[in-house]
Amino acid sequence: MDLRQIYSQIIIENSRSNKHRNEMPDATATERGYNPSCGDDIHLSVKIDNDRIVDVSFTGSGCAISQASTSLLCGLIKGKTLEQAKHLVETFLGMIKGEITDDDILEEELEDAIALKNISTMPQRVRCAVLAWRTLDLIIAKQTGTPMTE
Amino acid sequence: MEAILEKLANPGFDLDQVRSDFAYLELPGPIIYLDNAATTQRPNQVIERMDHFYRFENGNPLRGTHRLGTTATEAMLESRKKVARFIGSKSEKEIIFTRNASESLNLIAYAWGLNNLQAGDQILITRMEHHSNFVNWQFVAQKTGAKLAFIELTDDYQLDMQDYRDKISERTKIVAFSAASNVLGTIPDAAAIICIAKEYNALTVVDAAQLVPHTKVNVRELDCDFLVFSGHKMLGPLGIGVLYGKAEILLEMTPFLYGGEMIEYVEDYESTFAQLPYKFEAGTQDVGGMVGLAAAIEYLEAIGLDKIAAYETALTDYCVAKLEELPYIEIYHPQQGAKGPAIAFNVKNAHPHDVATILDYHGVAIRAGHHCTQPLHRYLGQNSTNRASFAFYNTKEEIDLFIEALEDVKKIMQIDI
Repeated sequence: MDLRQIYSQIIIENSRSNKHRNEMPDATATERGYNPSCGDDIHLSVKIDNDRIVDVSFTGSGCAISQASTSLLCGLIKGKTLEQAKHLVETFLGMIKGEITDDDILEEELEDAIALKNISTMPQRVRCAVLAWRTLDLIIAKQTGTPMTE
Repeated sequence: MEAILEKLANPGFDLDQVRSDFAYLELPGPIIYLDNAATTQRPNQVIERMDHFYRFENGNPLRGTHRLGTTATEAMLESRKKVARFIGSKSEKEIIFTRNASESLNLIAYAWGLNNLQAGDQILITRMEHHSNFVNWQFVAQKTGAKLAFIELTDDYQLDMQDYRDKISERTKIVAFSAASNVLGTIPDAAAIICIAKEYNALTVVDAAQLVPHTKVNVRELDCDFLVFSGHKMLGPLGIGVLYGKAEILLEMTPFLYGGEMIEYVEDYESTFAQLPYKFEAGTQDVGGMVGLAAAIEYLEAIGLDKIAAYETALTDYCVAKLEELPYIEIYHPQQGAKGPAIAFNVKNAHPHDVATILDYHGVAIRAGHHCTQPLHRYLGQNSTNRASFAFYNTKEEIDLFIEALEDVKKIMQIDI
C-alpha cells in the first residue's frame, strides 16, 4: 500500500488543525484517553444538552493518526444525539476492525473520517486511530449506561 | 570523517562473513535493523547451539541421576564458567542466572534493598535510568522509608559528576546507575562513580545491559558490588539474563525466590538454603538459554569486543554526522566523552510513531516511544523520541538508506524546514 493512503492530505491537515483543540471549562463530561506504550494522550470534553452533544473539544498530544482521528471525531459528532454518536462509534470501530467495508455506508456516516479506513491494515497503529473513539464511548457509557463497544 | 569512513570500510573483521551468519538478512526486501538496543538479532551459531542442547543434551539439570541429566548439568556449569570469565568474575559462584537485567535488578531490590535499607537512608540513581533500574528503587523507597535521589545530567547529556558529589553522603547506602544509556548513548565513567561511592561505603549496582554487548567489561577492575545484563541484547536468546554479585554480599542476602534446588534442608517449619549461586535460582533453570548465551559470548569474543566497539563507534559517529546535516532533525546524544551505539532523535513537527511507520515502509526498523525512560523524557521535554541503535552487523550503506528514508518522512509529513 502507498504510504500516502495512510498519511493522506485529510490526515495531515486534521492532525495539525486547531479547530477543535481547546479547553472546555463548562463541559458536561471530560475523559482522558491514553496509550501508555506510545504516549498518545488526549482529554476529550463534551457539552450535553437534552441528550444532544452541543459542543465537543479536545486537548493533548500524540501522533498524526491519533490527533487527526480525534479532530475528525469532534467535527463529526457535534450536534449529534448520544444515540447517534454511539452508532458512529460502532461504525468507526467496525471500519477499523475491517468488519464494515462498504465505502458508501462509511462515507455516508463517517464523512472525512473514512480517511482512517486503511489503518485496518496496520495492526500496530490501530490503537492510535481508535483512542478518541474509545474515549467518547466511555463518556457515552457513563452518561447513558449503555455498555461499551467491544 | 575520513577516519570514520576508513574504519567503516575496514572494520578489522570479515563483515560479509558476519552478515551471512544472520538469517534475518535473507528475508525478502530490505530489512535495515537499527533497533539493536531493544534486542539484537541472533547468529546461526547461537540458534544451532541451543538446537543441539534440546536435541541431544536435554534433561533436568542438577537432579538427573542419568546420562541426559548429567549433560544438562554440565551444559549449565560450562555456560556459567563462560559468563564468569567473560566479565572477569573470580568465581562462577558469583554468576546468578535470571530472565533478564530487569529481573536481576528486582532481585537486588527485594533481596538486598528491602532487608538493608531504612528511613533516613538514601538510594541514589540517575536521571537516565531505564524503568527497570528506577521503579524497583521507588518500590524499595516506599517500603523502607529510604529516600530516592537522582543524579542529574549536564547540557551535553552526560552525568553531572558535580551533582553526584553534592548528593552523595554518609546516608547513601546504594548507588545504582546505567553504564550506558539506552536512549542517549551516554557512557558515564563507571569506575569514577564506583570509586566515589566507596568513599561513603555505598553499595554499587551497575546496569550494564547496554554496555556488555559493545565493550569489554571487567567486574574486578570496576570493583562494583553488582552488575546486571540481558542475554538478548548481546546475540543471546530472549529470556536469559545475568546477575553478578560479590560473593561476600550474596552470601549475606536472603533468597529472592523459593522452591526447588535452592534449598539444603527443608524441615516442617523452616529451611536452610543451598550454596551460591543456587540459592538464587529456584526451580528448573533455562539451560537452553544459558548455552545460547554462552554461544553468543563465544561469537562476540571470536570477533573481538575491541574491534566491535571501534566499528560500532564509527557507525554511530557516521550516523550522527549525517543526521546533523538535516535541519529538520533534533539529536539527543552527547558530543563529548564515550558513547554507545544508540542515538535518540526527533523529526521536528512529526511524532515518532509516524516517523517509525514511514521508515518501516522503507524497511528501516527503529524504536519510537519513551524507551522505558519516562523520567528522562520529561527532562528532555519530549513525550517520546526515535532511536536508532547499531550492532556490528550493520553497515554504512544501511545508514545511508536510513538517512534517505528520513527524507521521505519529511516529504510525507509535509515538513517545511
